[in-house]
Amino acid sequence: MQRMACSFPDEVLEHVFSFVQCDNDRNAISTVCKSWYKIERWSRRRVFVGNCYAISPGMVIRRFPELRSIELKGKPHFADFNLVPDGWGGYVAPWISAMAAAYPWLEEIRLKRMVITDENLELIAKSFKNFKVLVLSSCEGFSTEGLAAVAANCRNLRELDLRESEVEDLSGHWLSHFPDDYTSLVSLNIACLGCEVSFSALERLVGRCPNLRTLRLNRAVPLDKLANLLRRAPQLVELGTGAYSSELRPDVFSNLSGAFSGCKELKSLSGFWDVVPGYLPAVYPICCRLTTLNLSYATIQSPDLIKLVGQCQNLQRLWVLDYIEDAGLDAVAASCKGLRELRVFPSDPFGPEPNVLLTEQGLVSVSEGCPKLQSVLYFCRQMSNAALMTIARNRPNMTRFRLCIIEPGTPDYLTLQPLDVGFGAIVEHCKDLQRLSLSGLLTDRVFEYIGTYAKKLEMLSVAFAGESDLGLHHVLSGCENLRKLEIRDCPFGDKALLANAAKLETMRSLWMSSCSVTFGACKLLGQKMPRLNVEVIDERGPPDSRPERCPIEKLYIYRTVAGPRFDMPGFVWTIDEDSAMRLS
Amino acid sequence: MESKVAYDNDLNLKATELRLGLPGTDYSEEQALFSARNNKRPLPELNEKCGSKGSSDAPHAGNETAPPTKEQIVGWPPIRSYRKNNLQPKKTEPEAAGIYVKVSMDGAPYLRKIDLRIYKGYPELLQALENMFKFTIGEYSEREGYKGSEYVPTYEDKDGDWMLVGDVPWDMFMSSCKRLRIMKGSEARGLGCGI
Repeated sequence: MQRMACSFPDEVLEHVFSFVQCDNDRNAISTVCKSWYKIERWSRRRVFVGNCYAISPGMVIRRFPELRSIELKGKPHFADFNLVPDGWGGYVAPWISAMAAAYPWLEEIRLKRMVITDENLELIAKSFKNFKVLVLSSCEGFSTEGLAAVAANCRNLRELDLRESEVEDLSGHWLSHFPDDYTSLVSLNIACLGCEVSFSALERLVGRCPNLRTLRLNRAVPLDKLANLLRRAPQLVELGTGAYSSELRPDVFSNLSGAFSGCKELKSLSGFWDVVPGYLPAVYPICCRLTTLNLSYATIQSPDLIKLVGQCQNLQRLWVLDYIEDAGLDAVAASCKGLRELRVFPSDPFGPEPNVLLTEQGLVSVSEGCPKLQSVLYFCRQMSNAALMTIARNRPNMTRFRLCIIEPGTPDYLTLQPLDVGFGAIVEHCKDLQRLSLSGLLTDRVFEYIGTYAKKLEMLSVAFAGESDLGLHHVLSGCENLRKLEIRDCPFGDKALLANAAKLETMRSLWMSSCSVTFGACKLLGQKMPRLNVEVIDERGPPDSRPERCPIEKLYIYRTVAGPRFDMPGFVWTIDEDSAMRLS
Repeated sequence: MESKVAYDNDLNLKATELRLGLPGTDYSEEQALFSARNNKRPLPELNEKCGSKGSSDAPHAGNETAPPTKEQIVGWPPIRSYRKNNLQPKKTEPEAAGIYVKVSMDGAPYLRKIDLRIYKGYPELLQALENMFKFTIGEYSEREGYKGSEYVPTYEDKDGDWMLVGDVPWDMFMSSCKRLRIMKGSEARGLGCGI
């Protein structure tokens, strides 16, 4: 084998490696021998860092000197629900500085849940001459000024995608900073922006970029301007409308309808804020081509939703509010036979009583009618073990199952039993399940099922569940492929954590908040496991000012080769090897 | 569903390296202590803890400070903030939110905020203001406004005008009041002389 590896010149090996793009395969190649490691690292063009604190920028740059594309993730997932205090971290600045010096030819930066400032954006705009793709997913810390810098300087920009980021809206004029001779835009997603962008600048931009495939507008773009935009970009594949409301006027309607009909490639629709149902038929002509439909902002009732969705025979992904109700989901089950992903969001999540007729039955219908359904996110107010068992038996091909029963601790509404056996059926039948979110009344038993059956599970989210450390122990000791575990408000303490300390090094991260973990256990873990960062997040002050057995507020543990980070705020404590408590 | 896994009722932690406590501590004693602490508590108690019933005495399943109302558990249900901001309930429901207005008093260095919804009428509101700022409001009459005190309660309405509290029916006041100001001295007298 050694002889064979050496018998090919480097250029040949490099050429062969160029056909291998998948990260795991590339990692495997690099472990074959020193020579392959060397060739692979020089030819790697793209890197994904799932936790920006797991490694330092310098280490990445030293190993991969010729990167063109980097993806970084920062804050833990529960930051999406305001469980991570502001200022926790996830700053991209050190990465941008290091890469500005090391990678003049960097083309792509994709960030998720990171803090990026206008200064960072300006540095990107100045440093990378061939910069092409900027995706900021759920990021924050920047304003439209930073966007202006990108627009003005990145002459080869193809993608600017701000999905779900929090942007300080200083002015809508940033869009005008794209030069008049700039024509390479392929994808623009500004749906998260609050303020109006200069519409004439937008029109001209859209008109002069012939390769534009994706255009996601923000709410401020009025409906009566949409037709003009569509006529300038009939090649669009993905469109997010602005506010979908206007006085009902036949001329506006027919203009819009004609413009939609002209978009022969349109496969994905989103937006639909403030929907006036009378304008929905304007999209009917293209429904049969749609593969993705995001109606999760559309506050329209079930009958209108049914009329729309009933025409989307090729739909693969549907995001919708629970206004669709069980009747609407029956219609989906009947019409959308190719459906792969369903997300149903709550229209009134904080109301004490159900406001719509959406129950477990809707999900059961879709699981029966849609043989390709593999990804579900479902908010509802009642569930039964019987329904979960039916869904599990119907859809053994399920890979992502996230159920949120709105009231914590809700039992099976028919039997008043915990939902252990229902979720147990899900993990037993769906052998390829990668992601699972639990809710409802659950004892330690559900975790026993998960530990026993969920062998492919990579991410588990748990809230208000379980009875004892045994629950956590089942998961940590049983789920061989577990990478991310996030837990809140469960009676899990130190025992299972300490008993499975080694497991934590095989995972990307563990989050536990409002559980029963003590500072003593955290100190022990931090001391014994040098390749874990054990971060105690507690806004009540130094953990050692309370008894060691007093539970901490929040715990975030992640594996790292970079040691403790240097940018921790005052409410984050970490333990290092000499057992001194380190404050940032 | 039959369990296919035989498991001990404890975690058999003796086999592990890591455990809490000083060397020589009896392990089983510690385990009993932990079991007691981590026994499942019936869920209604968990909900009560989160609600208005106040703190429970036993160790809990979570350490969050009790949120103000039952609905407002932080981060639950797990929905992104931008989704919450975009919702418009279609059905008219009684509003859960209060009507919060700022209250200032001439000479006082701080402002207060009150929820108008919790008062049933003017007498209650005025009583509350008196308690809050430690002063007395005079007698109200339609013709002469407030007499017998230096302090006069006024409010700014939707049109930006400063009005005397009490002149309009309570419901109209609740819907038009933007903020309250307890005036003192000559300014008060100006308003008190009828508009």
